[in-house]
Amino acid sequence: MKDVITLHINGDEVEVGVPTHFTLLETLRYALGLTGSKQGCDKGDCGACTVLLDGRPHLACIMPVYEAIGRQITTVEGLAERRVPHPLQDAFDLCGAAQCGFCTPGILCSAYGLLAENPDPSRDEIRQALSGNLCRCTGYTKIFEAVEIAAESLRTGTDPRDIVAERYDLAFPSSSMRPAEHTAGSSTGASHA
Amino acid sequence: MLRREGLSKLTGRERYVDDLPLEDFLWGATVRSPAARGRISDIIFGDGVDWSEFVIVDHTDIPGRNAVYLMEYDQPALAPGYVRHVHEPVLLLAHPSREMARRALREVQVIVDVDPPALDFRTLPGPDLIQYGENNVLKRLSIQKGDVERALGESPIVVEGVYETGAQEHVYLETQGMLAYLDGEVLVIKGSMQCPYYVVKALKPALNRSEEEIQVIQTPTGGGFGGKEEFPSMVALHAGLLALKSRMPVKLIYDRTEDMVATTKRHPSQVRHRTGVDENGRLIAQEIEVVMDGGAYLTLTPVVLSRAIIHAAGLYHCDNVSILGRAMFTNSVPYGAFRGFGNPQAHFAVERHMDVIADRLRMDPVELRRINMIRDGQTTATGQVISDGVDRLQIVDRALALSDYERRRREHWVRNPEHRYLRRGIGMAAFYHGAGFTGSGEVMLDSRLHVEGNPDGKVQVLCASTEMGQGQVTIFTQLASDRLGYDPAEISIAEPDTHRVPDSGPTVGSRTAMVVGRLVERACDDLCRKAGVEIGAPGALVKEAIIAWHSAHPGERLLGKARYEPPPGIEWDEENYVGDAYGAFGWAAHVAEVEVDLRTYDVRVLDFVSVQDVGTVLNETLARGQVQGGVAQGISWALLEECVWKDGAMENGQLTNYIIPTSGDLPPIRVEFVEFPYEHGAQGAKGIGELPLVGAAPAVLNAVAAATGRQPTEIPLTPERLMALLANGDR
Repeated sequence: MKDVITLHINGDEVEVGVPTHFTLLETLRYALGLTGSKQGCDKGDCGACTVLLDGRPHLACIMPVYEAIGRQITTVEGLAERRVPHPLQDAFDLCGAAQCGFCTPGILCSAYGLLAENPDPSRDEIRQALSGNLCRCTGYTKIFEAVEIAAESLRTGTDPRDIVAERYDLAFPSSSMRPAEHTAGSSTGASHA
Repeated sequence: MLRREGLSKLTGRERYVDDLPLEDFLWGATVRSPAARGRISDIIFGDGVDWSEFVIVDHTDIPGRNAVYLMEYDQPALAPGYVRHVHEPVLLLAHPSREMARRALREVQVIVDVDPPALDFRTLPGPDLIQYGENNVLKRLSIQKGDVERALGESPIVVEGVYETGAQEHVYLETQGMLAYLDGEVLVIKGSMQCPYYVVKALKPALNRSEEEIQVIQTPTGGGFGGKEEFPSMVALHAGLLALKSRMPVKLIYDRTEDMVATTKRHPSQVRHRTGVDENGRLIAQEIEVVMDGGAYLTLTPVVLSRAIIHAAGLYHCDNVSILGRAMFTNSVPYGAFRGFGNPQAHFAVERHMDVIADRLRMDPVELRRINMIRDGQTTATGQVISDGVDRLQIVDRALALSDYERRRREHWVRNPEHRYLRRGIGMAAFYHGAGFTGSGEVMLDSRLHVEGNPDGKVQVLCASTEMGQGQVTIFTQLASDRLGYDPAEISIAEPDTHRVPDSGPTVGSRTAMVVGRLVERACDDLCRKAGVEIGAPGALVKEAIIAWHSAHPGERLLGKARYEPPPGIEWDEENYVGDAYGAFGWAAHVAEVEVDLRTYDVRVLDFVSVQDVGTVLNETLARGQVQGGVAQGISWALLEECVWKDGAMENGQLTNYIIPTSGDLPPIRVEFVEFPYEHGAQGAKGIGELPLVGAAPAVLNAVAAATGRQPTEIPLTPERLMALLANGDR
């Protein structure tokens, strides 16, 4: 059975037809093409599906889509404003806090929720806030560093690059930091689709 | 340089296999064996679903050989009537609705006439358990140096120990997944994998297709750690079979539990040491036996065993060494590649054993290591002369200094007796890892790589190496841009597509930056030669030359090519396991500080220092990530990760009771590099991916030994095991 519902996602109001048993994650991924939120376990154990509902982190894989109606949903695709990366995204990038990238969208949402409530979290508060998001690549150290840098950037209005340069005594010449977006390795979809 | 695909991952734009837009397709599902061993007597299809809506594939639908080929043809793609492990694939189903495909799985009953399963790799099997050769031995290997028997007999002190490690699941965050469809007569496979050409190699004989009729494309991959080395060939073959039968696109994505219980894991091991030493701690003889559980099919077990025995004596010099290796067939899920590939098991034993020897001799364990550590001009167990100029003692000293080892140790001596229930300890491990394939492996791989100059002067690297989070795309961009004098923005790395890129070998074995990266450099040089410009010329001139070449050769391709060439002087005797096992070794030392709670038997790692020689560090941020992530996996293998088995089945196939570390479970992991460049690696790089994992477990357990005064010998050292160890005698 399908039902047509209205959701508020990343600032837009969208109507979508979904099977009634769909979770919020299935709706985002398979009905709306918002595939940034990941399915890592489908049981609420790993945190890869974390999105923000009214600014607070929730596990989309175990949330019936009906529970999201009438609430402001923010996914990883909605963190950047007018295509300018959020300081969290910049800080993660600078610190190398995203490796395989699969847990990253969920971690960003959890961190976003933390910083909205607590603009100056301690290392332990960051640990606590991210403890529902598993990462298998990084050992978390770089993620903690990135959240701290983003917090400072948001508090002081300083560019995360300047904070990183100062903290780690590194020179990041802004022009040579990254070549143009890498596209060749990112698939654009099956040719028959 | 920052990670090249970083922002794409951070904004949700990166498309992993399950993210690809797709319409009119089927969801695949795999029906698996409920029993560890026996004949399939019946398959019952329940009436809870309408079976006419399903595509069903069994072993009779396989057009070619029923095997997932890599080293041997022993592992069926679908069980042909007899099963050898729980969760072995029996049937494939596909349906347009994922929900229905899942429901159908619950409606199929595979009935097995059970035969007694061989489940303990440590004991030789009784006659009713024999299923492989004469005695279930999958592989035997041996290394002999000097005269161990005589030397042990003459040793004033002989120290024995038995060390055991458990299975470890990879838990890459993205589960196994493949998409298969027909593009005309070409079967296209897209998915999460480390080795596109391994998939081609497996699909050719099973599907009776040529390389031209199979196109394998790697999609962005959410972690691999070895778990996507050989296993994706099975998933790809299954998806391909369903697509061929249904003539529709098929998506086969494992759910987390299926991925945890049914895919390969790190080989469990039991390692015995008998070591002869003199009163001063000098090693006189090392007798070592390495036994591994191979599981029900061969996969890569012989090479895992090979790497284990080559490293089993540790980074020490000893004139008399005997190492016997044995991998056993059992009716458990096949064990396979996992970061470190046998070496973590070998080093857990030898580095734990060094502390046990030091304890027996009442000697400082660091001092014991110092006096025996291999020096340039001395030989490893295989007789390989080490002469790389690496100052291994400097690595150890640096790790001790950074961790404040001596001061901490004294603090613990004072503090421990005073505290009611907390005990602190600090421990270290020194270790090494050969980079690239073992022995003549790299020569056999015969890796090739192209760098193409385009008409607009931009350059593309064509290779089968894959990005799975470790940074290959970024590193290859750096290497090509440095070599050609180009702006990195003018370099692209081609999508790993077997119809477009040459076979540059698998992305495994810490070989990518060192071995394939060197091919990037050499192919860049060849590009310059073919474009008629001097190697090392400024990038602007290279670009001009490429554009000019295209004006003179309209419609032709300008390809710089490189093919693997072994470094001079490398000799390996595969028959006798003598000679140069690896072109280069990475060397490292870890120091761990732990706190043991005698009320809960919980072990908390308070601090962790890692000092690594990986040759030239090509990208500090990426390199640090490799080390921290490897250490994290090693710490959790040592303390947390336990596969619980019942009748050959993994019982804890979810992340709530198979525990990997959360952000609350790990210490700060502090990393420093000591750089000793390797002349045959790209810009002097050696392998990095596996080395940091190798020494983490013994460092942590040596710290537990220091804290408790007891000698743990088995991992994972869960609270239950620690309780048993501490209860068995005085604290």
